[in-house]
Order: sequence, then C-alpha cells, then structure tokens
Amino acid sequence: MPSWNVNDQKIPQGRLALVSYLSVIFVVLLMVGFWKLQVVRSGHFADLADRNQTRSIPIIAPRGAMLDREGRVLVDSYPSFSILLLRDDPKSLGKSLPQIEEGLGISHEDLQQALDIAKNEPKFQPVVIKPAATQADIAFVESHRADLPLLELLMVQRRRYQHDEMLANAVGYVGEVSAQQLEDSDGHYRPGDIVGKAGLEREYNDQLEGTDGMRRVVVNSVGKVVRTLDDIESIPGKPIQLTIDYDLQAVAEADMAGKEGAVVAMDARTGEILAMVSRPTFNPNDFAVRIPQDEWAKLNTDKHTPLLNRAIQAQLAPGSVFKIVMAAAMLESKAIPASFTVYCPGHANFYGREFHCWRPLGHGTVGLHQAIVDSCDVFFYNVGKLLGIDAISYYGSGLGFGRRTGVDLPSEEPGLMPSEAWVERVYHHKWYAGETISVAVGQGAVTVTPIQLARMAAAVASGGTLVQPHFLKNATNMKTEHFQLSDSTVETVTQGLYGVVNEGGGTGYHLRLQNVDFCGKSGTAQLMSYDAANRLGTKKMDGWFVGFAPRRNPEIVVAAIVQDTLEHGGEAAGPVVRDVVKLYYDKKAARQQQQAGAEGPAQPYASHPLVATVGGQHP
Amino acid sequence: MKDRTRVQDFDWTLLAIVATICGLGVMEIYSSTHASAMAGMQWRQLTWLGIGIAGMFVISRIDYHSLLDQAPILYICGVAGLLVVMVIGSTHLGAKRWISMGGIFNLQVSELMKLIIIIVLARFFSEVRTDRLTLGDLVKVGALTIVPAALILKQPDLGTAMVLIPVAIVGAFIAGIEWRHMAIGAVLVALLIPVGWNMRHHLKAYQQQRIETFLHPEEDQRGAGYQILQSEIAVGSGGFWGKGFGKGSQNQLGFVPVRYSDFILAALAEEQGFIGVCVVLLLYLGLILRLVDNAQKAKDRAGMYVVMGVTAILGFHVLVNASMVIGYMPVTGIPLPLMSYGGSSTAFVFLALGLVMNVRMRRFVN
Repeated sequence: MPSWNVNDQKIPQGRLALVSYLSVIFVVLLMVGFWKLQVVRSGHFADLADRNQTRSIPIIAPRGAMLDREGRVLVDSYPSFSILLLRDDPKSLGKSLPQIEEGLGISHEDLQQALDIAKNEPKFQPVVIKPAATQADIAFVESHRADLPLLELLMVQRRRYQHDEMLANAVGYVGEVSAQQLEDSDGHYRPGDIVGKAGLEREYNDQLEGTDGMRRVVVNSVGKVVRTLDDIESIPGKPIQLTIDYDLQAVAEADMAGKEGAVVAMDARTGEILAMVSRPTFNPNDFAVRIPQDEWAKLNTDKHTPLLNRAIQAQLAPGSVFKIVMAAAMLESKAIPASFTVYCPGHANFYGREFHCWRPLGHGTVGLHQAIVDSCDVFFYNVGKLLGIDAISYYGSGLGFGRRTGVDLPSEEPGLMPSEAWVERVYHHKWYAGETISVAVGQGAVTVTPIQLARMAAAVASGGTLVQPHFLKNATNMKTEHFQLSDSTVETVTQGLYGVVNEGGGTGYHLRLQNVDFCGKSGTAQLMSYDAANRLGTKKMDGWFVGFAPRRNPEIVVAAIVQDTLEHGGEAAGPVVRDVVKLYYDKKAARQQQQAGAEGPAQPYASHPLVATVGGQHP
Repeated sequence: MKDRTRVQDFDWTLLAIVATICGLGVMEIYSSTHASAMAGMQWRQLTWLGIGIAGMFVISRIDYHSLLDQAPILYICGVAGLLVVMVIGSTHLGAKRWISMGGIFNLQVSELMKLIIIIVLARFFSEVRTDRLTLGDLVKVGALTIVPAALILKQPDLGTAMVLIPVAIVGAFIAGIEWRHMAIGAVLVALLIPVGWNMRHHLKAYQQQRIETFLHPEEDQRGAGYQILQSEIAVGSGGFWGKGFGKGSQNQLGFVPVRYSDFILAALAEEQGFIGVCVVLLLYLGLILRLVDNAQKAKDRAGMYVVMGVTAILGFHVLVNASMVIGYMPVTGIPLPLMSYGGSSTAFVFLALGLVMNVRMRRFVN
C-alpha cells in the first residue's frame, strides 16, 4: 500500500468546522447584499425596470386641411415616417452617432443641433432626427434594430400644399417648434412638434393643430414592441374653409408669374378675401420637412424677399390711386366747389418748386371728373394745396390708411398717413407745405399696403363702409367701420372711376369689360424723384391698379401692384385686375345659368374663354 | 475483499437538497425561455441532469483510493489535454475550450481538470504526514495548481482558472498551513494586485473590458456594465416578494443577460423576490454544510480532502456567481452550480458529487 494511504491520522474536525462557519458568514453576507437591492433600494430599481420596458410613442394628430370657398382642398396632411433617436442611454448614444450619421445621411452638425434643442427635455423623450424618412432610411432602421436599438420609427403627419407656390404667402408654412416656443408653451409642445410658423398656418394654428395621442408600449431588450399598454387616441385638427376662390387665385397667380408685386381680390361687401398673391414667393412644401439651413438662409437674405407677403406687408407709395381719396376729400370737405377746374400745362410751381404732371404736354383745362379719368396730377396738386395735409390725412385715415385692416394674418403692416401732428411727433419739426403737394398724388411720405387700397376703393364705392378683410369663411365678429360719405360724393367719384375704364382717353380704357360695370384707378409711383430718374435714365416704377365692379356697392374689388416695371399702372397691373374681375363675372354667369336649370348642363366657367375686350391704347 | 458499498449508503439528504436546487433551476430556465425562441430549454437541462446523475453513480462505484492511485497519470493527462486544446481545440465565442469528440459532443477539458485537481491535491495533502504544512509543500501545491490554471487562463477562461485556486487554499488550510505563511500569502496577493493591474494590458480585450466595467459600471451601458446593471435592476425590482413566476419584465423581455445560465439567480430574484433568494442561498448553505459533514465523517484524510475539494469548488462558484449578480464582483462567466443551464457544468457537478458519494459509501469499509 502506498504511503499516502496509511490511515493513521485523525480528521481535523476543528478546521472543517471553521470552514462551515465561514460558509455561514458568506451566505449571510450575500443575503445582506440581496437585502440591500431587493428591500432597501427596490423602489429605485422598480423605476429603472419600468423605464426599461415601457416606451411612450406619440400618435401624431393630422393638421386640419384648408379648403377654398367651394370646398376644394388647398392644403392637407398625409402620413409619413420620422426617425426618432432615443436618448435615455447617453453612453451608447455617443458611440452610435457616427453610424447613424452615415446610415441616414445626416450631417454631424444637424444631428448635434437636434440634440442640443432637446437637451433640457426629459431623457426618455426621443428626438426627431430625420423627418420624412425615405424607404431606404426605414430599411436602415429596421435592419439595425439589434445594434442600434435607439433608433425608432414614428408615423407622423406631413403637411402637403397641393398647389405648391399658390397662395403661399397667405397660407404661410409649418415648421418645427422653436426652442423659444417650446419654453413658452408650458409643456404643450414637445421638441419636433410641427406648428404653424407664418400666415394662416400660424394665425389659425389652434384650430388646425390637433391633439396628439400617446401609445405606451412594452419593448424588449432590443427595442422591439412586445405589446401595447394603452392608447390615447389623437384628435385630428379641424379643417378650415377659406374665402379664397381657387379659380380667381389661379388666374391672379398666372398673371403675376415672373413679376414682382401683389394682388388682393376681396368681396367688397363682406371683406372675404377671394385671392391673394405675392411675388416672388416660395414653395411651402419645402418647409413641410425640415428645411435645410442654406435653403432657409437663401430665402431670408434674398433681396427680393420671397417670404414677405406684399399684399399686407409691402408699404408703398400709392401713386395716383390716392386720387380717389383726394377726390372724396375735396367733395366731402366742401372747401372746394365740385365745379373746380384747373388749367394743366404739364407742370406747376408750388412753394418755389416745380411739380410735373405725368403727361408732359398737359391736360388743358380739367374738372374733377376729367382729372380722375386722365389722372391729371396738376389738378390734384391744387386740390391738395387748398385742402392742406390735415384734411387729406383725415380722409385718408378715415378710409383706412395708416392703420391695419385687421385681416386675419400675422404681421400686417399699417402703412403711413402723414399729418402735421405726425411730423412733429416723429421728426420734431413743422410740416413742410411742399410735402402736401407730393402727398396729393400719392407720393411723399404716404405709404399703403395693397390690401388697404382694395379696402379703401370698396369703402368709397359703397358709401363709406369699411369691411374687415378676412380669409375664414363663416367668420363671425367681423368689424365693419363707417366713414360717412355723402351719396353725391360717392356718385361723382365712382362716375370718375367708371370713366377711367370706360371712357376713351381714360388710363384704363383698354381694360373695359362687356356687361360689367368695371371701374378702377391706375397709379404709377416713382421709385425716385422725377429729376433723379431723368438724370439716371432709369424709369423703374411701381404700377398700381385698383378695380371694382359694379360701380355702386361693388361685389368685388381687386388691387394689384407690379413693382419695378417700366410700364404705367394701367398697363402693368390693370390686366391682372381685369382678368380676376372678368373671371368673377364669368363664374357668376355660369352659376346663374346653372341655377336657372336651362337647356342641358351649363358650360363650366372654366371653359369660358378669357376674352379681354381691349380698348384704346394708353400711352 | 468484498465490496460492501451499497446505493442505500448514498447521502440521500444531500441528494434531496441537490434535487430541490436542480428543480428550482429547471423551473427558472423554463420561466426565462418559454416565451422566446429558446423555448424547450428545460428539457435539455433535464437531459443533462440525467446524464450527470448516471455519471455520479458510475464514479461512485470506482473506489476513490484507486482514483488517487492514478493521480499523477490523471494530472499528466489533464495538462496534456489542455495543451491539445490549445493546439486543435475548437473555437466558440472567441475562446478555445473544447475538443471535438468525433462530432458527438465537445469535451471541455477544463471542466475535467477541476475534477483532476481535486484528486491530485487530495493525494498530495494526504501524503503530508504531519499537521503542519511546510513552505516547500506550499510551493508544490502552488505549482500543481498554477500550471493547469495558467493553461486554462490562456484559453481564455478566467472563471474556470480561478476556480482551481480555492481547492488549493481550502486544502492547505485543512492540512495545517502556518499562520505566518497565510499572512505572507495574503501580503503577496496584496502586492500582486498592482502588478496584475499593470499587466492588464496583456489580458484579452474582453477581460480588460470586464475589469474596467467592474470598476466603472456606469460608463459602459451596453457592454458588461449593461449586463451588471440589468442584473441589478432585475434583482432590485423583484423586491421582497418577487413579481411572480413568469412575470419578471427584466427576465421575460430579455434585459437580463444569459438569464437561463450565468444570471439565472437574477431571473429568480426578480420573479421570486428576496424570499426566493433566501430559500436558494439557504439550500446552498445546506449543501455546503452537508458536504463538510461528509468530510468530517470520511474514513481517511484522503477521502476528506476529496470531499473538501468538491466543497471548495461548489462554494466558490456560488459565492462568485451570487456576488456577480448583485454587482459585487465582475462578470467572469462562472455559472451557478446545479441551477444554470449547461451540459459541461452540470456534468462536472454531478461527477464531483459522485466523488463525495464514493467517499461516503466507503466510510465503514476497511
């Protein structure tokens, strides 16, 4: 038997017992360890377990559609996918960023910016890193579920502007809620939420935006949804019906193509905006998805200001259109007899300064009617001189200049109707009497917006009723102002405006329409002083035309401006106004024909050829 | 000499504890995997258990004295086996641990080495005729242990390599290590830690990672730190009473890593709570105490050392695994014996228990 197997030694019982005691101590220590986790800190870990497995996924409510007055869809929403980045795990987030940038084609700066905006939000709120995911993006996320569990797809509702640039400046655009808005909203918005940023989208944001729902789901360790815990349905935004008439809008847009300027067509009785164009413009669909930085910078720094809604924000000299106000002021103030006449030799001297009439050869002896029809400057210089700036200002203000029309769009500009008090308040000096002469023909300090001009013309033709322009069909609480004009004043002025279009020699004679009492006034505002223009040899002007029909209590009023043109207002802007007015009446005729239920189906208005009955050519 | 060993002399109390632990293990394996692609894993575990029990009976029939007789040959075969693994072993999950046995199964030599080191050290300690271990003896024990441990570490398998060490330590303690040697050993270990720290760059990337993670768990949330954190969340969120069988979110949704194997205690802690953990830990304590009892009743020192070798390995497994689950130790890949899913580890435990039965049955035999 080998030496090791000699059983001559006792078992060391004491040391074995020591091993037993040691085992007991170790087990007790382990129990204490488990006690610490499972009893002392169990609440903390229960929270962590909960956060591990539950994820809240917003259900985005679609934004309400915008319809035209006949129910045609102008703007709506469609479902699309956004890619979310979960941030609850900062360490793996940092490591995964390069792979995400590569896989989804996002620049590092854009990704970092998205994270920065949301850095004060709770960590369990994901960040939108790519709105409008492509098929390839979705495939990338799906195929990297295991190694990039922090990417998540979210169904969102994307804004769709059916006709791209059409009505863009009025409709505005949507965009991601800004950091400032987030802060101000008091928790109402989350990062990445889409809100109205400009125009009607902003004005009616509360109606248009729905209430997002929330789905709480259980996810497993690779982020796969296992089951839904609960669902809070989203409430879609309400659609709004606009007063816009798609057909009139389309004609105005087409006429303004390639030009710079604006058009406002309004129902003269109610203030309903039928069409509004501003050129140059932009495509709001570009904003529906996050707009690239450079694109945004380009739109903002473009010297042609495509984001400016000229119809309500361009404050321009009204030129001869202002003569409507002058004529009304002359008749109403009774300071000057209605039979007042002036001899126009083509120029006149006031306060030692030479003022020109637009027609260098002069108009000869003219009365009020002829002065409106031919747009004689010298006549109105004299009227202005006799009235004085404060009387002009009184009537100008009364007819809506120098203050906002109250149209339901953000950022409307008020224009300026100067007065002696204004000059003293702003410039601290006395009013120069010579300035009055310029103001009398819509030059000098007076500036207006296209929408103000349309409203003023409607007011004069309807006896002084100033409507509140608006886009919302069935709008309530529309304020109507009354600036009393006597019937004889209205009759005389509107006869003049009728003459502009319908009398040979009128500045808008070429615009006349058959069977329509189409009235209007052209205006051509110098962009620089007469002498400077002659010196520089440039003749760039702002061409206005404001037209309405019928002559008394008009239904429709249209103001158009074509900026930076070589043509006079009657030629540059007149046809735009005429086309809109003509289509308005063509549609009306088609509607009446249909209502009469005459033989066979009525011809659709669209098939009526737009025949402009061109009259005498104006120089 | 008539062999008077009988199956009736098996330690049935010990086996009852073992069966209870295995039952809880199979139950938790079922709970962790039934709702996943791995469903049905409990049946495979039961198969392993069956194989293990068969192995236990076989090994209990061979007199441990004859096994100890063959200790030097077994040791040489074991070390040679580990060398073979290094050369022709099959690689799985980045580690070379297996020898393919004709495509039938893959033999994990390091598991076998655990049994061999128990036998070899039992033989060595029983040859020490005094109650005092000399420094020379200690060096020999160290050398016998270090050689296979180093080879296993090279595979790399830090966990299994570490498991060999307690066999030597517990054996040396019982054999009568001198207190000053023990103190010197402790000081040496304390001095070696910084050296080892400087050597860490020679470790495999995943080993470095595990150490980093253990020291700074919050900095690595998807790697090993993530595993420990998820394990802690599972344990902590289980609370006192647990979330109920099959209802642990950490477990069922797969947040707990290898929840059917190394982290099975975390899965159990989540679903059965602190109460369940206490039952399991007390069962293991019962197992250890019962093993020590067997050692105390062994016929000779050789048998006692065999039983204590088994005790040391099982106790070390439980201690390290449970500590890892609650974040007190780094992730080393040491399974919880009898509960964790796995063929090799289950087979090893039952073969080791077979050695214990072997010793017990022969306590009255001359």
